[in-house]
Amino acid sequence: MSEAVKDPVGGPETASGPPPGLQRRHGEGMLRKLLERFTATDLIMWLIGGGILTLILAGSAATLSAGKYTIKHWIDFMVFGLAQGSIYALIALGYTMVYGVLRMINFAHSEVFMSGPYTAYFVAAFFHRSGLLESHPVLSMFMVLLVSMAASTLVAYLLERIAYRPLRGAPRLVPLITAIGASFFLQYTFRGLYGSGFQAYPVVKALERQWDILGIRVLGFQVVVIAAAALMMGALYFFVQKTKMGKALRAVSEDKESAALMGIDVDRMISMTFIIGGMAAGAAGVLYALMFKQVHFFMGFIPGIKAFTAAVLGGIGNIPGAMLGGIFLGFIESLGPSLFLDGLGIVAPYQLKDAIAFTMLVLVLIFRPTGILGERLAVKKA
Amino acid sequence: MARKRSAHGWRRSVKLGLVTGAVAVLVALIGMVEAFSQRDIVAELLSMGHALILFVLLFGALLAARGAYSAKGLAWGGLAGLVASLVLGGLVLLGSLIPLRQVFINASPVLFQLLSFGEEPWPGIPLLCGIGFLAGVLGGTIQMLPHSLKSALGRSVGAVVGAGVLQDMLRPILAAWGPLSELSDLVFEASGLTSEGALGILLGVAGGSLVWERKGQRLLKGIQNLPHGASKALKTGWVSLLVALLLLLPQILGLFLSEVLTIVGLYVLLGLGLNIVVGFAGLLDLGYVAFFAIGSYTVAILTSPELGFFELSFWSALPVAVLLGAVSGVLLGIPVLKMRGDYLAIATLGFGEIIRILVLSDFLRPWLGGAQGIGKIPKAGLGGFEFGTPQELYYLILAGCLLVGFVSWRLRDSRIGRAWMAVREDEDVAQAMGINLVGTKLLAFATGAAFSALSGAIFATKLGSVYPHSFNVMISINILCLIIVGGMGSIPGVIVGAAALVGLPELLREFAEYRLLVYGAALVAMMLLKPEGLWPEAVHKRELHEGQDDTSRSVPAEGRS
Repeated sequence: MSEAVKDPVGGPETASGPPPGLQRRHGEGMLRKLLERFTATDLIMWLIGGGILTLILAGSAATLSAGKYTIKHWIDFMVFGLAQGSIYALIALGYTMVYGVLRMINFAHSEVFMSGPYTAYFVAAFFHRSGLLESHPVLSMFMVLLVSMAASTLVAYLLERIAYRPLRGAPRLVPLITAIGASFFLQYTFRGLYGSGFQAYPVVKALERQWDILGIRVLGFQVVVIAAAALMMGALYFFVQKTKMGKALRAVSEDKESAALMGIDVDRMISMTFIIGGMAAGAAGVLYALMFKQVHFFMGFIPGIKAFTAAVLGGIGNIPGAMLGGIFLGFIESLGPSLFLDGLGIVAPYQLKDAIAFTMLVLVLIFRPTGILGERLAVKKA
Repeated sequence: MARKRSAHGWRRSVKLGLVTGAVAVLVALIGMVEAFSQRDIVAELLSMGHALILFVLLFGALLAARGAYSAKGLAWGGLAGLVASLVLGGLVLLGSLIPLRQVFINASPVLFQLLSFGEEPWPGIPLLCGIGFLAGVLGGTIQMLPHSLKSALGRSVGAVVGAGVLQDMLRPILAAWGPLSELSDLVFEASGLTSEGALGILLGVAGGSLVWERKGQRLLKGIQNLPHGASKALKTGWVSLLVALLLLLPQILGLFLSEVLTIVGLYVLLGLGLNIVVGFAGLLDLGYVAFFAIGSYTVAILTSPELGFFELSFWSALPVAVLLGAVSGVLLGIPVLKMRGDYLAIATLGFGEIIRILVLSDFLRPWLGGAQGIGKIPKAGLGGFEFGTPQELYYLILAGCLLVGFVSWRLRDSRIGRAWMAVREDEDVAQAMGINLVGTKLLAFATGAAFSALSGAIFATKLGSVYPHSFNVMISINILCLIIVGGMGSIPGVIVGAAALVGLPELLREFAEYRLLVYGAALVAMMLLKPEGLWPEAVHKRELHEGQDDTSRSVPAEGRS
């Protein structure tokens, strides 16, 4: 792999090599080693990466110097990004935890995310019709949240029991293909059960008003989304780090065999992982419905991939990483179109919002598959 | 001990009955029963919807009665059937008491009518339970039949269901052949098979199957032992028959079925391409549709007068499209070279989506037409003959399929093909054996992408226009599904898979809505039960079942020592 491409890159690199003089021989050895590892494909990849980075910087500079957006706009974008990002973070937890214990991408997690709010929609619609949503908004939203979490948890649990458990130890592609199949099966099952149209989620009026927090005007539901997501993530982090069961979970994700020898029921812990991931996804689903006000059987697909991006960004298998990655992705997505696409003179930059997230996914997978915080799994995985 | 096992069996029957009932309720609530009930298999006796429920109950009972060879098996099967139908009856009761339809869109009065056989809930639910019990007993009986009878029964029931389901296709074909049209009148009536016809097919296929079980092996051996000249003549006869059939197929099948055939053909092309990437080289590519789009859009941009850049003919645009497909395969392949397995899948999925979003955006609209797509793509012509109708297009696609099939067949056994398979099995070992990973992988991406672009080019001229919505991720999933169902790495498997997964839904319009549901279920079921596919490639099958073979082989070895 290395020999074929040493020469074309060798020329310019040696020319700009280390200065003559002290430790020359040592430097040459290092350089040769570096060159051996640096291939033509690497060069092309770095060129692509550098090109994209230049475009981003140029675009941002152009936008900022044009002064089209005020500080207020940027704050609005940031708040929106934070809300969106905390939803991604909640979904990403499911991906990252499952990857931690099973080393597989649970492709069907996006449907776990969809099943909760879609089921809870009927509860919310019932509360809306009976007027309970207006008279007791907190109580009824809590009920909706509970139903959503229950539905998602059930789907996640059954998914693991029926589809994934018989495949322990199968070749790598087998569970992944199963997950893809399960994803489409679940999507179209819910389409058959609940119908194929978009369902408008009932609106809680109290959450649509603008609130004033520290001089920043934000929408009520954004505050609720951010606060609820933060609470959930805090609780989950506490559970995984401080409780006995959390310790067992971490042990299973470190090393299944040793965990089993220590008397941990590995199958139960794997089920538990799916249950926790399902709960987080169900909660994220209701928050998503609060923000975007509609549910649909296909609604899980795009947020699912983005949440996976967030999980990879933070270092897959790493729980705080997933949270961080989600919020980072939320910021990039809400700031990106106006920050660097607008400056490049691209028409209707918001259409390319998803493309930014996917480009980021591909770039992270190429340049830093270990993610921001992930080092632990890096060697073993992939 | 025996008592304990028996108690276990009863409990298992109840458990399986509950699971079966839950499956039946799900099938009913997602609307499959109602949608399928519009088509009768046997006229006025058995609709496809009822057959579906019956099949679910029978299957549950078969599982419950497994391992019992006496009256106990009948009882276990019957119990499972009864429990399952009680669950289903519970749904009917619930539906008559509360308005389930507010949540479950398919819980309509029609469904409950169907489930209680057109009766009111009171005689309907006991009737349902009685039928469920009988189905369970029947399942228990089937479980105890000797193997040859079991397979004969399976084949004959399959033939009846097949004839009933495919009646719209079979009837016009039969009617076109003078004497056979009388047979068609005998077997089919307006809405399904006649009772006599169904019985005839049932007995005929069962009898044929039994005779085949007895004499088939000897016949096959006889053919193998034929003198050289005779066997060669037989082979030539088969091949010429096949060629004649392939050439005459559109004339036999008529316009509508030829249209279906062209769609299947395009998917065969796509499947053969992805088969190289996933099946041979083991690189799970979920963004495969991107190359299909690249092929289509290249032909569209080069030939359509709508954009006004070029106005080439189809034949001069085709090589450009294929070449561009191969180049983009390499370009998208380079960044993902170092990834394996799931990361590769997600990254390629990302690529596919990026390309679709870019094509859809207003930003690239002047060049790619945006959401409106590109129209007025000319038909392909060849010396005055124009590939316009599906029947004519069929030959273009057939030529493409034959070419691509030949290339992938020759590639499979070549040096590069074996390198792909080595990479599939273990990258590190393959590299240690001196295989150039970069070149091997890129060649797989490029070949697969070129085939896909070829399919896309034909697709563009077939439709006369291209839209970004034709290129969503579902296409990638469809293709993946068909090569997995057919058998990864198997070339005939791709054709079988495409015919089953693309052809059948086109023929069965009721089925079309549940297409992706069935695909998903098929993917999961294949992976759980038969990971090598319906028409497996020999080597791959051996590898997947290696562990099992080893244990079965090691037992007699130990016995000997």
